[in-house]
Amino acid sequence: MSPAADVGAEVGTELPAQSFPVTRASLVRYAGASGDFNPIHWNERFALEVGLPNVIAHGMFTMAEAVRVVTDWLGDPGRLESYSVRFTRPVPVPDDDTGTVIEVTGKVTELLDEGRAKVMLTATHEGQKILGNAVAVVRLA
Amino acid sequence: MQQAHGAQGDPLTLNADLVGRTYPPTAPYVVGREKVREFASAIGDANPAYTDVAAAQALGYSDVIAPPTFAFVVSYAGTALAAADPDLGLDYSRVVHGEQRFAYTRPIVAGDALVAKATIEAIRAVAGNDILTTRVDLETEDGDPVVSTVTVIVARGTAEEDS
Repeated sequence: MSPAADVGAEVGTELPAQSFPVTRASLVRYAGASGDFNPIHWNERFALEVGLPNVIAHGMFTMAEAVRVVTDWLGDPGRLESYSVRFTRPVPVPDDDTGTVIEVTGKVTELLDEGRAKVMLTATHEGQKILGNAVAVVRLA
Repeated sequence: MQQAHGAQGDPLTLNADLVGRTYPPTAPYVVGREKVREFASAIGDANPAYTDVAAAQALGYSDVIAPPTFAFVVSYAGTALAAADPDLGLDYSRVVHGEQRFAYTRPIVAGDALVAKATIEAIRAVAGNDILTTRVDLETEDGDPVVSTVTVIVARGTAEEDS
């Protein structure tokens, strides 16, 4: 049992949507913090050589951003019981000061036993989905 | 792997005999409070449970907790054991991350010493790509489960040709 406040939810409840900026600097910081130094995430010359449109964001960076819609809604991130995604489309990040943006929405799609709920997340970049089957199961109380 | 490369009618270049293979637990990864703060900052997540000990304790945790996807930072060492297994034959230079799943028994807490136990769950070839599914269980040194992770990696184009 979490001392955080109970979260009200029914099927169809929409979680507050959020936009997450991504710049080249974000990717460098994420590389350092995560230990993932694959050059496709910071070296444009290398990314182009292997056929990518540009440097791309780490899939795990996108996954980390998307679940913030859920954990900010819950308050206590420890109420997240499971979280899964498929990485369906890369997020190219231009070499400028503004970078790009990941948009995330979430909706309760099912109430489960023991006060739990299933949330479907939708993450898009320039209007196209970047994650497939993005699902979180949470404890509401 | 020599046996399947370029073989007509047998697109699987990875060694499917390895499904079910388990790997020895990794050396314990000790979760540091400052590492958790660095990771939370890098993803821009201001939830105080990740940075403020008092805020985390107010939620019932003994110390700051890690953001949910921090588990991958720890589990990756286990995935790498499987992916780099010389018996598997994976061309690691062409790998992309296809899918990721986490099932939490509890959040990772600063001070945890976590071992990663990897198992190869599936090996497939789809549309010219080799696909490796690895489960990595993160446990305390006493064997208490913390989070179970599944990582699907895709080696692009390796099943239709070998360069």
